[in-house]
Amino acid sequence: MVAPVPAPGPAGSRESDGVEPLLRVEDLSVTFRSGAGPVTAVRGISYDVRPGEVLGIVGESGSGKSVSSLAVMGLLPGTATITGSATFQGRQLLGLGDKQISRIRGSRLAMVFQDPLSALTPVYTVGDQIAETIRVHQGLRRDAARERAIELLDLVGIPNPRQRSKSFPHEFSGGMRQRVMIAMAIANDPALIIADEPTTALDVTIQAQILEVLQTAREVTGAAIIMITHDLGVIAGFADRMMVMYAGRVVESGVVETVYQQPRMPYTMGLLGSIPRLDAGERQALTPIEGVPPSMVSLPVGCPFAPRCPMRIDSCEQTEPALLGVVSDDAGHLAACHRSEEIARDGLTNTDVFVATTVPEAPPAARLPREQRPVVLEVRDLVKEYPLTTGGLLRRKAGSLQAVAGVSFDIREGETLGLVGESGCGKTTTIMEILELAKPTSGTIAVLGKDTAAMSGKERFAIRRDLQVVFQDPMASLDPRLPVSDILAEPMITHGVPAAERDRRIRDLLRLVGLRPEHADRYPAKFSGGQRQRIGIARALALEPKVLVLDEPVSALDVSIQAGVINLLDRLKAELGLSYLFVAHDLSVVRHIADRVAVMYLGRIVEIGTADQVFENPTHPYTQALLSAIPLPDPVKERSRRRILLTGDLPSAANPPSGCRFRTRCSTFAHQLDDDRRRRCLDESPELTGAETTGEDHEVACHYPAPAAVI
Amino acid sequence: MTVVTDTVTDTDVVSRSVSRNRLVLRRFLSQRLAVAGVVVVLLLIALAYLGPIFYPWKYDQLDFQAFQSPPSPAHWFGTYQTGGDVFARTLRGLQKSLVIGLLGALFSTALAAAAGAFAGYFRGATDTVVRVVTDLMLVLPGFLIIAIFSSALRDGSWLLFIVLLAGFQWMITARVVRGLTQSLREREFVQAARFMGVPGWKIILRHILPNMASLLIIDATVGVSSIILAEVGLSFFGFGVQPPDVSLGTLIADGAGAALTNWWQFDFVAGVLVLLVLAVNLVGDGLRDALDPNSEIEGAK
Ligand SMILES: Nc1ncnc2c1ncn2[C@@H]1O[C@H](COP(=O)(O)OP(=O)(O)O)[C@@H](O)[C@H]1O
Ligand code: SF4
Ligand code: SF4
Ligand SMILES: [Mg+2]
Repeated sequence: MVAPVPAPGPAGSRESDGVEPLLRVEDLSVTFRSGAGPVTAVRGISYDVRPGEVLGIVGESGSGKSVSSLAVMGLLPGTATITGSATFQGRQLLGLGDKQISRIRGSRLAMVFQDPLSALTPVYTVGDQIAETIRVHQGLRRDAARERAIELLDLVGIPNPRQRSKSFPHEFSGGMRQRVMIAMAIANDPALIIADEPTTALDVTIQAQILEVLQTAREVTGAAIIMITHDLGVIAGFADRMMVMYAGRVVESGVVETVYQQPRMPYTMGLLGSIPRLDAGERQALTPIEGVPPSMVSLPVGCPFAPRCPMRIDSCEQTEPALLGVVSDDAGHLAACHRSEEIARDGLTNTDVFVATTVPEAPPAARLPREQRPVVLEVRDLVKEYPLTTGGLLRRKAGSLQAVAGVSFDIREGETLGLVGESGCGKTTTIMEILELAKPTSGTIAVLGKDTAAMSGKERFAIRRDLQVVFQDPMASLDPRLPVSDILAEPMITHGVPAAERDRRIRDLLRLVGLRPEHADRYPAKFSGGQRQRIGIARALALEPKVLVLDEPVSALDVSIQAGVINLLDRLKAELGLSYLFVAHDLSVVRHIADRVAVMYLGRIVEIGTADQVFENPTHPYTQALLSAIPLPDPVKERSRRRILLTGDLPSAANPPSGCRFRTRCSTFAHQLDDDRRRRCLDESPELTGAETTGEDHEVACHYPAPAAVI
Repeated sequence: MTVVTDTVTDTDVVSRSVSRNRLVLRRFLSQRLAVAGVVVVLLLIALAYLGPIFYPWKYDQLDFQAFQSPPSPAHWFGTYQTGGDVFARTLRGLQKSLVIGLLGALFSTALAAAAGAFAGYFRGATDTVVRVVTDLMLVLPGFLIIAIFSSALRDGSWLLFIVLLAGFQWMITARVVRGLTQSLREREFVQAARFMGVPGWKIILRHILPNMASLLIIDATVGVSSIILAEVGLSFFGFGVQPPDVSLGTLIADGAGAALTNWWQFDFVAGVLVLLVLAVNLVGDGLRDALDPNSEIEGAK
């Protein structure tokens, strides 16, 4: 028999082991004064953090994750009204004066932010900044503090710490800066570190490094960590317990494994079902959560998730469910849902609750064998050089930088090629070169069989009909001053579609992307991010193109919204027989959507093949490292994985390593090769070849390839 | 279609906020001085064009019974030495100055927008040419050149004069427009238009200039008063509007000598000029604050 019992207290099950919590937050609420009325960003949340544990907080942007921890840290602006209590090591934090809280903050309570550049002072060297916090809180002498700072920089993995401690924050890369932030956070041996999206702005490979550093920091200091993130993969691998936040409330909390395996609240279930997974095949059905999170100004009376919840019943709209224990699961698993006992009793999973969209059948054309389908986009030995200049006023050319250094691939009809790689590897330059339809520095680009270098202006204009683009940022890609109808009409006007047909087509397009025809006379500002991305897709489809270039089309969207757009792209491809060039750094999304994958590193393609080959049999050491850096949203799998950590950052394209461009970070090179064999990597740049791979269509640029399964 | 359409529920995320234009209007109306400025400008325009209909004296009419007479019920602002009516001429001058100010500002802003946007968008040779021309225009002594030109064109039309005035006003704004264009050019909606094959000039008209409308509106408003003042300056030295036509500038030049003895021949015209320029500037300031989302205006919510 399953019955809800009132939770004994905060979402930390204090009876479980009797350990005194390090931080106890009780009934914390935060209200901001704002133009549109008071905004209650956090609405009565309670939780405990025990010494040495990692508490993960997940939720979409605006759910109150940051505000709730900033409130604890005393970092909110004066417009915020905070109620409730937050006891840290027996001491009430709320209501402390500025001076008192700063004494605690930075010593026993430390914070790591998403953007370390804004948290570091630009005019002091990082060594001095770390030494300064040590001196303030520990009263060490100047040179002792400086020595300690260097030790800390070494601990967080900054190479040449003594020398680098004299550098200024802007001289570090994003990942290195985040290491400095962590060094600063652990400088005074804190008992609790709050990390607010510490890896969100970073590449997966760097994210893996930073998580490793945080883990080290935790082992060295024994500190507890509150890890705030929207990435369910990060939580799965890193946290002991987790809380899911929605609309300023905790809606589910418990031990990580339990929450992932038996989510008892529809929002959590939807969230887990909406993320594409690296370990699932291409046919994984995603369950998007419809709608968007509610506005915090006018929250509905009942359950805040009710407007989007497929399990909604009448009482959901009348009373907001409290966060109660789910008795059938282990102690401390709490969910805020009127129906969580039912979910637990019937063992419902996300596919029972949400409508799963099956990946639609491929169009007839795409079912032909690859060789029989026509090539729609062909890139051969593409090189793009940027001049490097020196001097301010009189610019002089001082050499050149190859952002793309000989890239070849082709896309056939009805096919999706995923182009992946770290930021800065040349993905965007490649697609911009294609979209310009101009003659590249060297190499050729052919769209639908026509070479761009040999095109007349007229042909180029005509071919633009067939080659369209969807951008990453749905905020920036629509002209804010035009109504949606004008935005969608623009390509058709440009290419001479008659007015009468345009209006009909606009309505069709809106319907096609899941919006309503009435939306045509609204302005972009009236739409949410996901809806804007749909408008961007509709515009790209207006001229019935054959090839769509998608530049990170979902990476600016919240997880629950992403799934809807991915499903849309899947469906459009099947219905309209489109071919996609899909650029992304999120390999899970690529796994879901791409037929073939090309992995780029420093301006070159290092591995290319079908998605199955590349993901299941990655052969290039870089592909292996990239794949192993991606956290799986599955605590059991994630914790048992072996991780290949890449060392350091992407080298500068202005000065690439000799021979194999990857050798400075290659673990094969570093650990498995003797000096003789290394010679070859040092001297000779490997060509893409299919000689040593399993499949025929699978090519790798490495002298010593060795397939390995890393997922 | 068998696939489930993942329709998005209608979310009025921002529908609480009124449309931008209404918001700007509301923010503008909440500033008392700016509203007063608008009222004064409108009254002056009305006065300039409706006044002559009801006033018994025309600007080119002479009253041989009242030379040099101080303000009286017959001649509200008094008369000149020749018996010309000061009020009638002031209205006439106001008309001309308004036309010069409005047209000149419009022209100079348009020029600035075109030059800056083309330079910023097309870069390369276009940019170099525009930059050289702007720099050259900035170092040339505008006043002197207009003076020389206008005496050469003594009986040329006053339209040409406006072109000259505007021709020395646009450079700074053009530089600002160029900078803004360069950053807008990299925005994704501009790129999207480019990749769909929309020609450059159309992109400038449809996407770039509308997105700096607030800058241009403010520039034009502020330009009105500076063109009016420039005209006054030139006319004062006899280079601007030529007799028998009058403008506030020529009237001030005529009245200046008598400012101490026959005050009404100077003070009224000067007063109207100050009122006009002040009012226009108040409108400009008000617009700037209303269009700038960061300015703190009471009642903007
Ligand atoms: N300084 C502030 N003034 C007014 N509202 C704020 C402020 N900071 C955050 N908010 C609002 O509080 C809500 C929660 O924000 P936040 O905690 O940052 O979300 P998350 O970290 O989960 O993305 C949002 O609706 C946000 O707009
Ligand atoms: S309380 Fe109702 S609306 Fe809210 S999550 Fe549970 S079932 Fe859905
Ligand atoms: S060629 Fe050598 S350095 Fe390059 S990836 Fe292969 S093993 Fe590593
Ligand atoms: Mg946040």
